[in-house]
Amino acid sequence: MIEIENVHKSFGALKVLKGIDLTVAKGEVVSVIGGSGSGKSTLLTCINGLEPIDSGRILVDGTEVHAKSTDLNKLRRKIGIVFQQFNAFPHLTVLENVTLAPRKVKGMSKSDAEEIAVKHLNHVGLGDKLKVYPSRLSGGQQQRMAIARALAMSPDYMLFDEVTSALDPQLVGEVLDTLKLLADEGMTMICVTHEMGFARDVSNRVAFFDQGVMAEIGPPEQIFGDAKNEATRKFLSSVR
Amino acid sequence: MFDYTFQWRQAIRALPQMLDGALVTMQIAVLSMAIGVTIAVFLAVARNSSSRWLRAPATAWVEVARNTPALFQIYMAHFGLGSFGIYLSPYIALLAGIAFNNAGYLCETFRGALRAIPATQIRAGRSLGMGPAKAFRLIVMPQMFRISFLPTMNQAVWAILMTSLGVTVGMNSDLTGVTQDLNARTFRTFEFFAMAAVIYYLIAKAVMLGARLIAWRMFRY
Amino acid sequence: MFETDLSLNDLMFLAKGAGVTLAITFFAVTGGTLMGLLFGVIRAQIKPWMALPLTFVLDIFRSVPLLIQLILANAFQAIAGFGISPFVTSCIVLALYTSAYCTEIVRGAIEAVPMVTRRAARSLGLTWGQDMTQIVFPMALRVALPSWIGLTLGVMKDSALVLWLGIFELLKSSQVLITRLQEPMFILLITGAIYFMLSFPIARLGGRLERKWKEND
Repeated sequence: MIEIENVHKSFGALKVLKGIDLTVAKGEVVSVIGGSGSGKSTLLTCINGLEPIDSGRILVDGTEVHAKSTDLNKLRRKIGIVFQQFNAFPHLTVLENVTLAPRKVKGMSKSDAEEIAVKHLNHVGLGDKLKVYPSRLSGGQQQRMAIARALAMSPDYMLFDEVTSALDPQLVGEVLDTLKLLADEGMTMICVTHEMGFARDVSNRVAFFDQGVMAEIGPPEQIFGDAKNEATRKFLSSVR
Repeated sequence: MFDYTFQWRQAIRALPQMLDGALVTMQIAVLSMAIGVTIAVFLAVARNSSSRWLRAPATAWVEVARNTPALFQIYMAHFGLGSFGIYLSPYIALLAGIAFNNAGYLCETFRGALRAIPATQIRAGRSLGMGPAKAFRLIVMPQMFRISFLPTMNQAVWAILMTSLGVTVGMNSDLTGVTQDLNARTFRTFEFFAMAAVIYYLIAKAVMLGARLIAWRMFRY
Repeated sequence: MFETDLSLNDLMFLAKGAGVTLAITFFAVTGGTLMGLLFGVIRAQIKPWMALPLTFVLDIFRSVPLLIQLILANAFQAIAGFGISPFVTSCIVLALYTSAYCTEIVRGAIEAVPMVTRRAARSLGLTWGQDMTQIVFPMALRVALPSWIGLTLGVMKDSALVLWLGIFELLKSSQVLITRLQEPMFILLITGAIYFMLSFPIARLGGRLERKWKEND
């Protein structure tokens, strides 16, 4: 379970998160939508401790992420994150990209790590690209590789930060299909996304962020069909 | 106009001796590069750090290495340390001087390469559970070495050429030193040093050609 | 802790050595730059295979240790009976050495000027010469100047090697004092400081120019 309690965060004078409360249960898929600068991506990087927070707290399975005593490197094995930029390691092949962390962080043997990596790469449809360098892959393939790379650490939670935003339109579908597959398998996911169709079809709940505040959260039918908040309605009519 | 007969046979007969010297030259160049690269990585990290106590000495090293002659740096190792009762042999002084020089120049090469690696790469590593040192070692450093590979090999050629300075501190086993010894015995300066020049030239070309081949074979991404 | 036998006269002796270093650097860089401009324009203008002989010869100056070049040139002029002084020999060798690097700088800078710009100039009716002087050189200068400053400083530092031919430049002068006073570290520190003061401010300026011009692009 991920519990976010009254989290505030600012970059200098700019307040990005102004008291966010959100609890995500095991097996749940939560989509976060909202305009740019609404703080939704920052929230993800706070959840796995890549960014410090000013006040409030975030608990992952009862462990406080930003407590001094928390071993973030250990905690992050539980939380996979995929970014907008694919962040493929250019000097490693697809297989090496995926096996690197299991081997060097978890201390897995090469053969064990490769077995897991091949499983996940097959899963995301890259089983035939094992020995290829990322520069030979399309954006969609690189992004699917990044997903496999995160999955290879066997995380309990997956965070997706606008994973389709940097992709050519015709490549968006293949990545969203991978996310759907994961959701169907019961992975706990928080997806920051601009794909309203995806948010509606796949999520258990949809949260709308507006200027650092979670303006509204609810089941997709309610958010997309009968939004209570004025800002939500305005945003949804603008993206459609 | 030439009242002089060139005697190449003598020089060619000395070739094996000179090639032995060339091996010593290569040895010093390789060692000085290994030491220089290692120190340069630390210097580059220190110069990019936020701590003034790390930055200042690293900056001083780099600026002295780049703003004084290599020969001066070798003299410092050989003569200068004598003031403290430390007497380095010509071999060690030469090695130390070139390694010092290499480290200073390579530091800046590496820093340039580091600027070319997006910060998101570290972030990706950290998000997979790597600590900062591990992320640097596994993700940043390999990319840094690849980006700076050819400039680094250029520095290696420089290191080879710099080894010739050893003769000024009494080095007599490297290519220039051996040549100078032969010269002192025979006074056939031109012939012997022309041979040495050809050998240096071939070594330098071979190293650059090898570097190009390696870059072409290995870095295909 | 500091007692030294170094006198004002000795400092003047070092300063004179520094003067010789600067003089050699000046002649070498002036001659080398003029040759480098000529060779660089030739290399940028004619086909690579036609420039091959020139490229090959210039490359030798960059692939053979400078010390060996100096020794060879000095030996050669003695054999040929030219009777030129080591100082002049040194200046000639260093000028050729400089020209080899300068050629690359000039060629690179000219090739950095976009072809479309030059076509535009020619299409406005400018002659080749006008194109070169009005368009190419001003643009190429920005690319070349930081590298050229680096080259000049490099030549100044490399000029220390002429001590092997018995020229009393800065480093050799320090050796003379070290032999007499037996204070190697102290005298070398002063010598190093002189080199540093000559080089560092100009190096900084070069770095700043480079950064500034990069921002404007």
